[in-house]
Amino acid sequence: MDLNARIPEGPIAEKWDRHRFEMKLVNPANKRKFTVIVVGTGLAGGAAAATLAELGYHVDCFCFQDSPRRAHSIAAQGGINAAKNYQNDGDSIYRLFYDTVKGGDFRAREANVYRLAQVSVNIIDQCVAQGVPFAREYGGTLSNRSFGGAQVSRTFYARGQTGQQLLLGAYQALERQIGLGTVKMYPRTEMLDLVVINGHARGIVVRDLLTGEVRAHAADAVVLATGGYGNVFYLSTNAKGSNVTATYRAYKRGAGFANPCFTQIHPTCIPVSGHYQSKLTLMSESLRNDGRVWVPKQKGDARRPQDIPEDERDYYLERRYPSFGNLVPRDVASRAAKQACDEGRGVGPSKMAVYLDFADAIKRLTQKGVADRYGNLFEMYERITGENPYATPMRIYPAVHYTMGGLWVDYNLMSTVPGLHVIGEANFSDHGANRLGASALMQGLADGYFILPYTIGNYLATAKQPKVSADHPEFKRSIAEVNAQTSRLLSINGKHSVDEFHRELGLVMWDHCGMARNEAGLKKALGLIPEIRERFWKEVRVPGVGAEFNQNLEKAGRVADFLEFGELMCLDALTRDESCGGHFREEHQMDDGEAKRDDERFAHAAVWEYKGPGQAPALHKEQLEFEHVHLATRVYT
Amino acid sequence: MSGSSAATMKLTLRIWRQKDGKAAGKLETYKLDAVSPDMSFLEMLDVLNEQLTKSGGDPVSFDHDCREGICGACSMVINGRPHGPRKATTTCQLHMRSFKDGDTITIEPWRAAPFPVIKDLSVSRSSFDRIIAAGGFVSINTGSTVDGNATPIGKTDADEAMDYAQCIGCGACVAACPNAAAMLFTGAKVAHLVKLPQGQVERSGRVRNMVAQMDLEGFGSCTNHGECSEACPKEIPFDAIVMLNREYMRATVAGKE
Ligand SMILES: Cc1cc2nc3c(=O)[nH]c(=O)nc-3n(C[C@H](O)[C@H](O)[C@H](O)COP(=O)(O)OP(=O)(O)OC[C@H]3O[C@@H](n4cnc5c(N)ncnc54)[C@H](O)[C@@H]3O)c2cc1C
Ligand code: SF4
Ligand code: FES
Repeated sequence: MDLNARIPEGPIAEKWDRHRFEMKLVNPANKRKFTVIVVGTGLAGGAAAATLAELGYHVDCFCFQDSPRRAHSIAAQGGINAAKNYQNDGDSIYRLFYDTVKGGDFRAREANVYRLAQVSVNIIDQCVAQGVPFAREYGGTLSNRSFGGAQVSRTFYARGQTGQQLLLGAYQALERQIGLGTVKMYPRTEMLDLVVINGHARGIVVRDLLTGEVRAHAADAVVLATGGYGNVFYLSTNAKGSNVTATYRAYKRGAGFANPCFTQIHPTCIPVSGHYQSKLTLMSESLRNDGRVWVPKQKGDARRPQDIPEDERDYYLERRYPSFGNLVPRDVASRAAKQACDEGRGVGPSKMAVYLDFADAIKRLTQKGVADRYGNLFEMYERITGENPYATPMRIYPAVHYTMGGLWVDYNLMSTVPGLHVIGEANFSDHGANRLGASALMQGLADGYFILPYTIGNYLATAKQPKVSADHPEFKRSIAEVNAQTSRLLSINGKHSVDEFHRELGLVMWDHCGMARNEAGLKKALGLIPEIRERFWKEVRVPGVGAEFNQNLEKAGRVADFLEFGELMCLDALTRDESCGGHFREEHQMDDGEAKRDDERFAHAAVWEYKGPGQAPALHKEQLEFEHVHLATRVYT
Repeated sequence: MSGSSAATMKLTLRIWRQKDGKAAGKLETYKLDAVSPDMSFLEMLDVLNEQLTKSGGDPVSFDHDCREGICGACSMVINGRPHGPRKATTTCQLHMRSFKDGDTITIEPWRAAPFPVIKDLSVSRSSFDRIIAAGGFVSINTGSTVDGNATPIGKTDADEAMDYAQCIGCGACVAACPNAAAMLFTGAKVAHLVKLPQGQVERSGRVRNMVAQMDLEGFGSCTNHGECSEACPKEIPFDAIVMLNREYMRATVAGKE
């Protein structure tokens, strides 16, 4: 497997410029002869599809929702980072770069991160021009807030609906191109296979979710922007439909999968309330700007929060990390909450929660001041729990939120399969072992608006592949395989629902490959998962037929992939015998419980190559070099 | 309190079942025990679907994704009201504590000709996408922009633009309207963009094209019932329609560009 990252020569600040100059361009008149497939219409895919069409390419774009506007990006709340330094508080491209590499616990590629910080400033300009109604100051300038893991205020936001507004901006740009006929949009269409011909990605096989028709789409290049795989845990903050199918099936066709075990647990989510729980709801991290996290000092303290006096409360983040306080990075905050609950100091009916208290903020800002900042989040909390967070502290607990792992890509965002590009959360990207808040939106839009549209031109100009049509035997073969899997799923006719298996897998993943991992647990999970998978293929019941709108069949296909992918995650977690960022191996911790990296052995991206059914995947490594941000222990105290 | 201790409920559900767009549909009755008040409405339906699946039945189709009230996918008429009884709340954000033991709940899809039923409670809302494609954007290509702070925008204008921009494209406004008008949805986009300097250049063409598409899709016209705004989970103000009419007049009668 060729893991040459193709990082351009030269000083880090000049690499991207130089690369843009050195890349081959496609002649404007030739652009419309190229068709690019974009799978996904979130921030990454929506931005890429619109921009590629503006440049003159023909784009075929796909999503499984009924409208491109409903991609999971819509749910992002808190904000988007950019090194604008509008606050004059010492921010710079270099600082954003530095914070991201450090926040990622030194497991990201420096050159990519630097470029991300560079283009971050263009993103804000682009979104403003589209009419994104960012929050503003009275003087008319853009407003900022601070987010975890940073000491400057560089996060742009649109109330608590930043993802929605950014996505609507991209969606509207996309709809404009659809109206102009340069993008053909296929909503309610799911990619089920990648087709590789002569070693190049040449198209996809999809299922039309309305009719059940399975068909092929050929192209000159394929872009996957299919989001993250957090739903392997069943319960996560991701939308219900988020899945690993597109990237996993590309992996099976030869794309290397990097760092699958790097998942992010978000510290501030509403705790689980019962067995029927279908997803978890995030309370934006921005709440940690004004909310104070605490648990009772005493174990098993069952008093109401208002009855626990100040000196019997442990504001453990402020105590342990005086300079960052409640704004420590996500992995640190999550583990600290787990620790408090494991010690028996958890609160609420399940005892698996900590308080996020706004009493001081209300004193300082008044209730109205707090409502101005977080009103919609408070309402959401109340709607879900039936409790009023102005009167009683919120109860929060960490939940799976984001996946840093994904398909390996080089500096051009191309996977190990030539022609297959991967953007947004779907690639392994820029966040290393832990992503900073408000950086996923930034990365999705950077990839989609400003990076991929250039780099894919270089591929198209140099690949020189003959045109193929959807009649090519490789497409036929793939269609037959997809149909065979559908028939197999429908014919089992067992007694259990798809969700039962998904929940079972999720629990194994959460217990053994969640916030804390150890060798024995991971080995146990590696025994349990194949066993669940075997039962799934014998005992699941998928009602209905293939040639119809069949939501159970959609779900079954996705869970079948999670049941294989979960094993890859655990294998990766077991192999990475160190702690770093969100990957916490209990065997490797400092005296104070912080993650202990092993840079000697693990300063690399672990890239897995599929070797066939029943075969162990092969491990390859991309060594990471840190020339600018020197390897050091992350300190947030 | 997230009362796992709270008593559970028994419910009777009358749910619209329709095999596909061509078949006739009808309400079917189901009984559900042990519904927790802390469940969301969709979790309650998940439980029903799981029972149906395991007993050899056919689960109910419905659209959903984020389950956080933001993607706009969920779309059910609950006891005659789009998104059910709670103000400013999508179906996915509705919790069973809004109902009581022994209740009968009737669940139907959005009903409007431009939203054809696909199956059971799922409908097609592609007509909304086509209204946006007709003009609900600023024609700006990636990269051809000035600095984000180059044009100051007053906080009040930005806030008002945001009030309208919050529309989630769910279609409850259409489902609630006796004429199946899409004026609140279309007006929300027109108002969002007209409040901002970036929306000025294409102001007239935008409203003309969007309204023309709205008519082409077969949406009705507004006769000032105001049901749309009442049903809207994002509380898009009825003013959006006033603004739409005003902008339309300005663009057509006054012929302004
Ligand atoms: C609740 C929540 C809040 C968040 N808040 C923030 C925040 O404040 N700031 C921040 O920076 N980040 C935030 N994030 C993270 C961020 O929202 C995501 O990482 C980001 O939006 C992912 O964008 P994407 O374009 O890569 O993918 P997505 O938005 O997930 O889009 C995936 C697309 O792929 C399509 N797709 C997937 N599989 C297939 C298939 N097989 N066939 C066809 N189509 C397919 C889907 O239809 C969809 O269009 C948040 C995440 C969550 C869950
Ligand atoms: S205006 Fe309100 S009801 Fe209509 S689509 Fe938008 S959010 Fe839904
Ligand atoms: S499921 Fe997204 S708004 Fe209800």
